[in-house]
Amino acid sequence: MSTTTSVEQATRYEAVIGLEVHVELATRTKMFCGCAIGFGGEPNSRTCPVCLGMPGSLPVVNGAAVESAIRLGLALGCEIAPTSQFHRKNYFYPDMPKDYQISQYDVPICLRGELRITVDGRERTIGITRVHMEEDTGKSLHVGGSGRIAGSDHSLVDYNRAGIPLLEVVSEPDLRSAEEARAYLAELRAVVLALGISDAKLEEGSMRCDANVSLRPVGHTVFGTRVEVKNMNSLRSLGRAIDHEIERQTRVLTAGDPVVQETRHWDEDAGVTSPLRSKESVDDYRYFPDPDLLPVEPDADWIDRLRAELPELPAVTRARLAGLGLPAPQVAVLVDTGLVRVLDAALAAGAAPALAANLLTNDLVGWAAANGTDPADAPLTGAALAELVGLVADGTLSTKLARQVLEAVLGGEPGGPRAIAEARGLVQISDTAELEAVVARVVAADPAAAQRVRDGNAKAIGALVGAVMRETRGRANPRLVNELLERHLHP
Amino acid sequence: MHALLTASAPELLALQEAGDASAVDIARAHLDRIAATDDRVHAFLHVTADAALAAAADVDRRRAAGEPLGPLAGVPVAVKDLFATCGVPTTAGSRILEGHRPVYDATVVARLHAADAVVLGKTNMDEFAMGSSGENSAYGPSRNPWDLDRVPGGSSAGSAAAVAALQAPLAVGTDTGGSIRQPASLSGLVGVKPTYGLVSRYGMFAFASSLDQAGPFARDVAGAALALEVIAGHDPLDSTSIPQAAPDLLAGLERGVEGLRVGVVAEFLATDGLAPGVKARVEDAIQRLGKLGAELVDVSLPHAQYALPAYYVIAPSECSSNLSRYDGVRYGLRVPAETAEQMMAVTREAGFGREVKRRIMIGTYALSAGYYDAYYVSAQRVRTLVTRDFADAYRRCDVLVGPTAPETAFRLGAKTADPLSMYLNDVFSIPSSLAGAPALSLPVGADERGLPVGLQIMAPVLGEATMLRAARALEADLALDPVPSGANALEAPRP
Ligand SMILES: [Zn+2]
Repeated sequence: MSTTTSVEQATRYEAVIGLEVHVELATRTKMFCGCAIGFGGEPNSRTCPVCLGMPGSLPVVNGAAVESAIRLGLALGCEIAPTSQFHRKNYFYPDMPKDYQISQYDVPICLRGELRITVDGRERTIGITRVHMEEDTGKSLHVGGSGRIAGSDHSLVDYNRAGIPLLEVVSEPDLRSAEEARAYLAELRAVVLALGISDAKLEEGSMRCDANVSLRPVGHTVFGTRVEVKNMNSLRSLGRAIDHEIERQTRVLTAGDPVVQETRHWDEDAGVTSPLRSKESVDDYRYFPDPDLLPVEPDADWIDRLRAELPELPAVTRARLAGLGLPAPQVAVLVDTGLVRVLDAALAAGAAPALAANLLTNDLVGWAAANGTDPADAPLTGAALAELVGLVADGTLSTKLARQVLEAVLGGEPGGPRAIAEARGLVQISDTAELEAVVARVVAADPAAAQRVRDGNAKAIGALVGAVMRETRGRANPRLVNELLERHLHP
Repeated sequence: MHALLTASAPELLALQEAGDASAVDIARAHLDRIAATDDRVHAFLHVTADAALAAAADVDRRRAAGEPLGPLAGVPVAVKDLFATCGVPTTAGSRILEGHRPVYDATVVARLHAADAVVLGKTNMDEFAMGSSGENSAYGPSRNPWDLDRVPGGSSAGSAAAVAALQAPLAVGTDTGGSIRQPASLSGLVGVKPTYGLVSRYGMFAFASSLDQAGPFARDVAGAALALEVIAGHDPLDSTSIPQAAPDLLAGLERGVEGLRVGVVAEFLATDGLAPGVKARVEDAIQRLGKLGAELVDVSLPHAQYALPAYYVIAPSECSSNLSRYDGVRYGLRVPAETAEQMMAVTREAGFGREVKRRIMIGTYALSAGYYDAYYVSAQRVRTLVTRDFADAYRRCDVLVGPTAPETAFRLGAKTADPLSMYLNDVFSIPSSLAGAPALSLPVGADERGLPVGLQIMAPVLGEATMLRAARALEADLALDPVPSGANALEAPRP
C-alpha cells in the first residue's frame, strides 16, 4: 500500500475507491437485434432498424448475453435475481439511436458478490454491489476543431457499436489504494477471460473502467465527497489517475477547501484529471421500466447448469499452474494474458509444461509486444504449441530454432511447426556421420585451436564449436558437437 | 362499380372466386373512388395506386394459374400512416417525419402482403396517434363521410373515413386509448381493439408501448374478423407478442348469443357527459341482445372513473421517451443549428405539433425524479385496480357492453381549443386499454341528427371470438345500411 503510506505521511487521509467496470460481451449478435458484432468494416455497416432506433422497431433480448451475465454473476458469487428488469435511461445524445439507453436499474440480474485480490502478499475481499446488463452506444467522430464535440465543424456517427451488449460490474467502495484498484481490475479481467465472455481489452475499450474516488480522515467511517474519474484505458493509467486524484483531493482538503462532487476526465498525456462539462445541469434520466421488454426470468435449472459448467477460475488456475512447477511471475502472465487457454490445450496434447510455458510467456508475449498485438489474439493453437514443444523435447529443434519456428507460425506460415522446420531446413543436425565430417574439417582448418584443446585448455573448444555452428548455420546439435570434438581431440 | 364498393371483404373474395370480378377490377374501383372523393374526405396521406394495381394483377395471374392464394387475396386495405411501409412515405401524421421512407415493413403490413391483400395507401391520423378527431394531423384533418363538416374521430381518422367513404372495404388502425373504437363509433363502422399482444407492434411507430395495439376497421363484423385473423399471431420481433398462433375468429361467428352472459356497465350509462341520443341507441341495443337470448347482468367497474386520469399519466410518460428518437440526427426533419444539442431542440420545436408537445411535457414531468412515484407509480396502481375490476366482472359474465364514445361525431374545430373535452371522448374506451383486454365498437343506429352511434362490446383477454360472435348476432338483427346517408353526407357511388 505504497500510495496510502505517502498520503498518510502528508495528511492522514484514507482513499475510498469503488470501480464501475463495463465489459463488452463477445456474443455473436447485439443485445437487442440480430446484427453481428465485429471489428473494422465500413461505418454503419452492422446496423438494422432496431439498433438504428428506426421508428417502430422493437428490442428482443439476446439470450446469450443474459447467459454471459449469469455466468459472470456466478463466478463472482452473486445472487442471480429470479426476476430482473430493463429500464430506459432517457437523455439526448447523437450517438444514442433512441435517445434512451436500455439498461437495468433498480432490479439488476446479479447482486451481492465478491472478488478476492492479493496486493503485496495480502489477500483482501472486495464486495461486488451488482452486475447489470445494458446496451452500448454508437461512436461520434467530430470533424474540425479540437476533435471534441464543442468547436467541431460537423460530426459523424457510426452505429456499428450501438446495441452491443455490456455488463456493468459495480464494486463496493472497498478499495483503498491505486494498487488495490489495479489488482481488482486485473482480477476481474482474468475472471472475464476465464469465462470467455469478452476479449476484455482495456486499450481497445472492450473493457472500460470508471473510478469513484473520495478521501476521508483515517479512522473515520463517513465517506467524503466522491469524484468520478473517467477515461482510463489501461491498468497503468487507472493507477496513475487514482494516484493523481488522491493527491489532488489531498491538496484541496489540506488547503481547507471542499472537494466538489463532479466527473473528471483523465488526460493520459498530461497526467492530470480535469472537470468534464456535464451534459445537463442536473442528470435526471427519468428511468422507467421499458414497456417493450418483459422481465428477465431465468429458470433455476438453467442457472444450476451454468453454475455446474463454470470453467476454472483464475485463483484455482494459479494454484494448479504453480503445482506444475511454473514460477509465480510466469503464472501471472499466463493468467492475465489469457494464454493459459493455449497452455492448457497444449498440456492436454502432451506438451511438457515448462517448455510450453516458456515459449508462451517469453517468445509469444515478446512477439506480440513487438507487433503491437494482444497476445491472446496470436494465431497459435494448443496443438501447434504441443507439436513445437515435442520437437524440442526429442532433440529435433534447439530452443533457439524453436523460437524461429514459433515466429513463422505466428507470422501465418501454414503447415504447422514440423512442416515449417523441415521446409526451412531448420531441423537440428543430430546425425553423427554428417557432423563427424564437419568436425574433421573444422579441426583441420584451425590446427592451432585444436592443439590448445589437446594441451588441456578446455575453453579453447568454444572456438571450434562456434565454427561447426557457422558451417551448419546453427543447426548442429550442440551437445553432439561437443561430444564429437572431445572424441576427435582426445582419442 | 357500386357493388364492388359496397361489398364486404368476404363478398369480394366470393366475387373473385365466382369469376364475377377480378382483383384489378376491385382495386381500380376503389382507386377511382379515392380519386373522386378524397379531396373532400382527405382519408389518405399517400395512395400507392401503381403498387396496388400490380399486386391485384399478380393475384389475378396466380388465380388464373391455379396457384394458392392468401386469405385476403385481392381485397383492398388502407393502412394507417403509423405502420412502417418499406419505401413508402410513413409520417405518423407528423411534420417531423415528412418524406420519411422506412427501410422495412411493419409485421402487420408484411402479413397483409402475405395474405395477398391489396394495400391502397397510407391513411391520415392525429399526429403520432395523439387525438380523438384527426385534427391533430400535420397534414390537415379528415372528414366524416356521414357529415363532411364533422370529424370521423381519431386518432385513426383516415382509416375510419376511408372505410366509411367506400374507398376501402378494410383498414388497419391502432388503438392506444380508443383510437380504433371511437372513430369506428363516430363513422358507423366495426372497429376492433384486440387483446394487447395479439397483434405485433413491430413496425408500428410507438406512442404508448404498453397500450398500443393494431386492429381492423370494416363495415361488417365478418370483414373485421377476417382482417384480424390475418394480422394476429405471435411475432418473435415483438417481445410483448403473445406466444400463440392467430385465433380462429370466423368459425363460431354465427353461433348467436343464446345463453351468453352480457354485463351492462352501470357506471358507463350513468356518466354525465353521455349524450341522450347515444344512451338511447345503446340501451336499445342492449335490450335487443336480451331478446336474442343473451342473459343481461348488471355489473360495476368502480375504478373505471380513475382510468382516464391514469391513462393521461401513463401514455404521455411512455410517449415522452418513445418520441425522443425524433431528434434530426438519423431521419426525418432536421433544422440546422450551431450545435448538435441546439439542432435537436429546434428540430423538435419545428417538427412536433401542439398536442404532441403537450404530452411530451406532461410525460417528462411525470417521470422526473421526485414526481415519478406520485404520478407514474400511482397511475400503474390504478391500472392494476381497473384490471381487477374487469376480472371481477368477468366472473359473472362473458362480455361487457356500454357506449363506445359519449357522443356522436362533432364538428371540426368544436374541441380543438379544449384538450380536456377532447380527452373525455375516450372515457369509455380507456378502461379496457388499461386492462390489455379486447373491445370493439359496433354500429347500432343513429342519433337524432342521423349520426352513427357505436356500442362497445368488451371481453376478457383473448376473448375476441366471443366478442365478435356477440357483435355479429346484433349486427344481423339490426341489419343497418353501412353506406353513409344524410343531408351533408358524402355522395354514394353511382350504381
Ligand atoms: Zn441491429
